[in-house]
Amino acid sequence: MKKRYLLLALIVLSIISLFVGVSQLSPMDLVDFQSEETQIFLISRVPRLVAILLAGAGMSIAGLIMQQLSQNKFVSPTTAGTLDATRLGILVAMLMFANASMLEKMAIAFVFALAGTFLFMQILDRIKFKDAIFIPLVGLMFGNILSSVTTFFAYRADVIQNMSAWLQGDFSMIMKGRYELLYISIPILIIAYFYANRFTVAGMGEDFSKNLGLAYRRVVNLGLILVALVTTTVVLTVGMIPFLGLIVPNIISIFKGDHLQKTLPHTALLGANFLLVCDILGRVIIFPYEISISLMVGVIGSGIFLYLLFRRKVYA
Amino acid sequence: MIQVKALSKFYGKKAVVEDVTVTIQPGKITSFIGPNGAGKSTLLSMVSRLLDGDTGEVLVDQSDVRKIKSNDFAKRVSILKQSNYMNVRLTIRELVSFGRFPYSRGRLTAEDERIVDQSLDYMHLSVMQDRFLDELSGGQRQRAFIAMVIAQDTEYILLDEPLNNLDMKHSVQIMKILRRLVNELGKTVVIVLHDINFASVYSDWIVAMKDGRVVKDGPTAEIIQSEALKEIYDMDIPIQEVENCRICVYFNS
Repeated sequence: MKKRYLLLALIVLSIISLFVGVSQLSPMDLVDFQSEETQIFLISRVPRLVAILLAGAGMSIAGLIMQQLSQNKFVSPTTAGTLDATRLGILVAMLMFANASMLEKMAIAFVFALAGTFLFMQILDRIKFKDAIFIPLVGLMFGNILSSVTTFFAYRADVIQNMSAWLQGDFSMIMKGRYELLYISIPILIIAYFYANRFTVAGMGEDFSKNLGLAYRRVVNLGLILVALVTTTVVLTVGMIPFLGLIVPNIISIFKGDHLQKTLPHTALLGANFLLVCDILGRVIIFPYEISISLMVGVIGSGIFLYLLFRRKVYA
Repeated sequence: MIQVKALSKFYGKKAVVEDVTVTIQPGKITSFIGPNGAGKSTLLSMVSRLLDGDTGEVLVDQSDVRKIKSNDFAKRVSILKQSNYMNVRLTIRELVSFGRFPYSRGRLTAEDERIVDQSLDYMHLSVMQDRFLDELSGGQRQRAFIAMVIAQDTEYILLDEPLNNLDMKHSVQIMKILRRLVNELGKTVVIVLHDINFASVYSDWIVAMKDGRVVKDGPTAEIIQSEALKEIYDMDIPIQEVENCRICVYFNS
């Protein structure tokens, strides 16, 4: 799994992604700057591609940080309630602060995502029985509780339809002016890279970190803040993308190990690649219609997840 | 020199470590022995700052451990806890490199790389330095962790039951390495041990604990005596001299 090949695949897939769609577009059309084709390209295709790349890289890194900090390979925003907490936050923002701007809504959702993730880590601290499968199960249950609270209030307020838009990850709505929030992922990825060594040390446990003079709590808290930020921006702009943060870091870990400074770029690249493939497939399978990204990732991702579970005896 | 003064630790009302005063001699191997639940590991954790004591103090070279900055402390005292399951996939070299973390915060200098190489050499791990920890046997993994501590280059090395889950051969190997660290590199080693015969054969000094208190504290030859052991373990343990080693024959007691 060379970085070079991942980068090459990313470039090829990106080009394919730019020229797949209902409106016929060829590179030749772009020569004329005023044409309708160029407009579609700039307003829809390019934002879509950028959104996929940022969401894919961001969610994979979020998963990687969570797995490292919780010392469990099956923990991710999907299996730790982060996504569900974010959704609850969005509901609260919709119901109680209906006129809030996108940024304010994001702030509220972020607070919920962070609180949810912290709560899960607290539960984790209290569990004595640290079985690899047991912990994500607890996370899934925790997420389902949050999710049922969300559904309850959404039902009472008659916004179920509205909420399900957040539930389904979908890139077809991405257009210029509706995805820029995702750029927050870029500084987060940079911070994550600078803290990579600290996250790796923290991943070996509190005692181990203290032995090396690392401020364990501070590093864990920073990691969770990064995770909550990425998750919030992705859910708000694209919707839920399950499994991505779970499988991508695991695949890289098998080949490259867990030294974050070395594996972070690979994880980000593979995450973007994986999401691109899913998106392109979703767009061509029932052309001219589209299968939503969360369904595509869900189907392919759960398959890979099962495979990872079965080969767990060999590794993890 | 590490000095523990009137140190206590309570969980609720129960004292796990009670009024312990003990001095750890530099350049020696000191073993903490005693029955299960005597407070040995808790004491070691407090000395290494993993736990805070409730009363009393711990001094390392005359300064209170709570007042030393954590990064400086990591350059003076290192601790290896019972290496329970670690599921982080690092290579041996990556792990050992983290021993330099207090010095370089992860950005290794040429000097750091040289020290990492030396530590790997010292533990005979150079040939397998690129293997992942989760692919190693228990003994190899323990050696990798000790190599990391060597790279951390602290004067004091504290180990909590380093022989746990190791077979005879690897246990002996680890104890010999610790002996070399003291004899060749002048380190001060403190270990919590369960097997009293390893304590007898390899340590210079023994601190025996029972119910959170220190009951015996002295040179190995003074502690490995039937009367002293009776007081510590409530067992009649005959002692046999075999090839210059004092062996406690406790199997029939």
